[in-house]
Amino acid sequence: MSEPNPNSEQSAILAAHDVSKVYQMGDVEVHALRGVNVSLYEAELMVLLGPSGSGKSTLLNILGALDVPSSGRVVYRGQDISGADERELTEFRREHVGFVFQFYNLVPSLTARENVALVTEISKTPLNPSEALELVGLTDRMDHFPAQLSGGEQQRVAIARAVAKQPKILLCDEPTGALDFKTGIRVLEVIDEVNRSLGTTTAVITHHAPIASMADRIISLSDGKVASERTNDEKVSPAELTW
Amino acid sequence: MVNVLDRKLFRDLTRLKGQALTIALVVAVGVANYITLRSAWRALGDSRAAYYEQYRFADVFARLKRAPDSVAEQIHDVRGVATVYPRVVEEVLLPMDDMITPAHGQLISLPAHGRPPLNDVYVKSGRFPEPGRGNEVLVYEPFAEEHGLRPGSTIPAILNGKLHELIVVGLALSPEYVFAIEPGGITSDDERFAPMWMSESAIAAAFQMEGAFNDAVLRLEPGADERAVLVALDRILESYGGLGAYGRELQISDSILDGELAQIEAMVIVLPGVFLAVAAFLLNVVFSRMVTLQRGQIAVIKAVGYGNSTIALHYVKMVCVIVLIGSLMGVGLGAWLADAMLDLYATFFRLPMTRGRIDLPVAINAIIGSFLAALLGIGFAVRTAVTLPPAEAMRPPSPARYRASPIERVPGLRRVHQSTMMVFREIWRRPLRTVLSSAGIAFALAIIILGRFGKDAHGPILDLQFGRQQREDISVNFTNEVANRGLGYLAHLPGVDQVDGYRVTPVRFRSGARWRDSIVIGLPPDSHLRRLFNRQFRPARLPHSGLLITDVLADILDAKPGDIIEVELKEGDRGTRRVQISGTIDEAFGIQGYMQKSSLHELLREKPTINTALLRVDPAREAELQMRLTDIPTVQSIHRKRTLLERFEEQTGQTMQVITLILTLFATAIAVAVVYNNARVSLSVRSRDLATLRVLGFTRAEVSAILLGEQAVQVFLGIPFGLLLGTFGAQGLLELQADPEQFRMPMLIASRTYAFSVVVILAAAVLSALLVRRRLDSLDLIGVLKTRE
Repeated sequence: MSEPNPNSEQSAILAAHDVSKVYQMGDVEVHALRGVNVSLYEAELMVLLGPSGSGKSTLLNILGALDVPSSGRVVYRGQDISGADERELTEFRREHVGFVFQFYNLVPSLTARENVALVTEISKTPLNPSEALELVGLTDRMDHFPAQLSGGEQQRVAIARAVAKQPKILLCDEPTGALDFKTGIRVLEVIDEVNRSLGTTTAVITHHAPIASMADRIISLSDGKVASERTNDEKVSPAELTW
Repeated sequence: MVNVLDRKLFRDLTRLKGQALTIALVVAVGVANYITLRSAWRALGDSRAAYYEQYRFADVFARLKRAPDSVAEQIHDVRGVATVYPRVVEEVLLPMDDMITPAHGQLISLPAHGRPPLNDVYVKSGRFPEPGRGNEVLVYEPFAEEHGLRPGSTIPAILNGKLHELIVVGLALSPEYVFAIEPGGITSDDERFAPMWMSESAIAAAFQMEGAFNDAVLRLEPGADERAVLVALDRILESYGGLGAYGRELQISDSILDGELAQIEAMVIVLPGVFLAVAAFLLNVVFSRMVTLQRGQIAVIKAVGYGNSTIALHYVKMVCVIVLIGSLMGVGLGAWLADAMLDLYATFFRLPMTRGRIDLPVAINAIIGSFLAALLGIGFAVRTAVTLPPAEAMRPPSPARYRASPIERVPGLRRVHQSTMMVFREIWRRPLRTVLSSAGIAFALAIIILGRFGKDAHGPILDLQFGRQQREDISVNFTNEVANRGLGYLAHLPGVDQVDGYRVTPVRFRSGARWRDSIVIGLPPDSHLRRLFNRQFRPARLPHSGLLITDVLADILDAKPGDIIEVELKEGDRGTRRVQISGTIDEAFGIQGYMQKSSLHELLREKPTINTALLRVDPAREAELQMRLTDIPTVQSIHRKRTLLERFEEQTGQTMQVITLILTLFATAIAVAVVYNNARVSLSVRSRDLATLRVLGFTRAEVSAILLGEQAVQVFLGIPFGLLLGTFGAQGLLELQADPEQFRMPMLIASRTYAFSVVVILAAAVLSALLVRRRLDSLDLIGVLKTRE
């Protein structure tokens, strides 16, 4: 069971209440999440830790409105979004959530700048694409196609794309999973920078325990349940991380 | 025991069923087309050859006024002539009880003993007339069917001005009348035109032709010089009122049948070729993608020890299943369509049709053709699969490289939406695929135009010919020319509102070594009921002097306005006159010349006469008028314009509708297959991008727009080319269609037809796009986050 939350529910920007998720795999029922309670607070950087199959990706998908829980509620700023329809979920992602994927998922036919513009074109208060790319340190690579960029650069473009619409929440799913150590650190620095300079509430899921040291708060998942939740008093910068 | 790879094959095919089925359909249509056209061509061609052979169809034909039987001996002595058959052929009126206007009969003599040595008669029921029974006739079977005549029935006929009661003793067909069209007619009309065969003695008695003939048909020896025979024949018949001998290519029935065969022959390669090319292209698209997706599987299969040939065979087998399904459907469809097409032909071309149930070599050719096309289509994909080293195949393919497309350099376009840019770049990355897809769409559209455009010209041309040009209600032809004052008599008949007359004379136009038999029509200067128009629907003026000839005749003679040509008369003093061509006219029908009526009389050195009268009549009194006209002894034929028009429309209308429907369905198969398969492959290639966009907050509609935008561009690029292709194709088909000396359809495609074809293509594209869009809605948004392509 998780510890009682030190913060009140009002300041949670996004929260999962008693969320369960059951997948039907042929004749077998897989319980990916079993009554999870998790909150994300304004401007914090939260790391969600857990081994493969612990349910962290399922939780991130539900928080990011890519999936709906089998039971329980998901509340964004006091509004229950777990019963929302397809259109409302799309609207929610479009307006409020930025995603960073393990494999970057850039559109290969668009340059770095255009990949960012792809999102700014459909958002209400976007950053300028160049501004977003400057934030991730890619000013001089803006007109390159994904195939001309390294993995780390591609991931930074993906981050720029995610933050360019100025989302309230940034969800990163194993953002360093496909990168080497050095490049991974550079990407984490960018995520940290975005969190601090723009104040974007950020959740990073990873199975790399050392990354947790850069978080404000760390939640560990195990077997579809919250195993532990703690506030990190000794937050370090990504540059100081080792694994 | 099915081996494991074959099991994979069937499962892959089950997964691809939508794509496999649409491609199989295109193959089926291609095969069906080939079988239909080829079978029809063979059945029609073979039946014709057998019929001509068995019933001894002549090689050379000649009409004349009258020659004693001994002249036939002279003809026989001409070098190259194998058989001469002198006959008596006479035009008669048949005042049928069930018709207002009398029908027209063509009485052909039968020899006193035995069967005709040439142009024999195929008696389908009943028997030949017996010698000595003067009023017995064989009647053209379709005419008998139209009027419910059977052996034993009687027909009223006006022979040389006298009413006779003829007894039908048999129903018959003849190689001479496979397509029966009366002299001066524009289409076959089984209700109104009847070749009839009667014993020679009976005709001779009725027309005072004992010991003489007025028609000769000849069979030539193998390798004979036809042209030389024609010249010799004309020389012999010169003094007997010969109207000019001609070969089979100008024999009306044969030339129409020949034109039809030529048209089928031209389409038999082109049409199936288009379908098979589209099928090959689509198989290429689908199999290339499949091999890319199955890189891992191919590597594993190779790693465990399967050889390259096994892998190649695996994909070849897969395509063979698709083609086999398509071919079998095609053979069935083709057999059915061929039968339907021959049924349709049987209503136009009256010949004993020998048709096999299914032409096996034709079907086998079609199947082999489609297999070759398919193998060509998947060749590259299979080669890629075979040459893939196992280790390389285990790694994901290197990421797609994109470049900025040139269109982005266009000022202003740089600012388009990123999603539009994605569409541009995808197209630019695979320009050949875009071009070929657009070509497929263009062909589909062109096929619809080709199936429909014939209808467009018909309305206007009929309106031109029968509305503006021929302004009469009834035209009357006389056996001989009558004095102008005959018009005064006609004007006083009941129901006649207006009357006009003209003079027609048969001539041979000659310019240097070139010549052609035709007619000159002499029109009165103030003719109200006959006016001239060109194919551009503009009125043409008849010059005060000289000769106005159709441009086709000018081409044949290689003459131009201002040139002086020779006109050899075939009546009167049969002299040769030199006449200046004062102009040419681009008319839809015939190769005639026009003159002022008075000039023609001068040319013929005769008093003012007419041999055709045109009447405007009061519909209420038409029946009464018809009876009075039938009673006039010198009347040879009476044509009622409305009946002619109705018949023409009825005949062409039905055929057109069937052709339009079939070709539209065929074209739809192409359009659906092209758009559906491209969109499916595109979806497969880009599902990750599109799912990513959905995660980023793009709506289903926005994501669909990106995927289907590419298809839309291909369709929209294809449309203008299709319109052009259809227009040029129509032009080409027109040139093949009819004998240009008889009928030149104006090149006219209504905007309605263009619009119809575009709408059909768009509808097919939208339908296919919607089918694919359904799949887009079930994109796996979560899977895409975790997987690398």
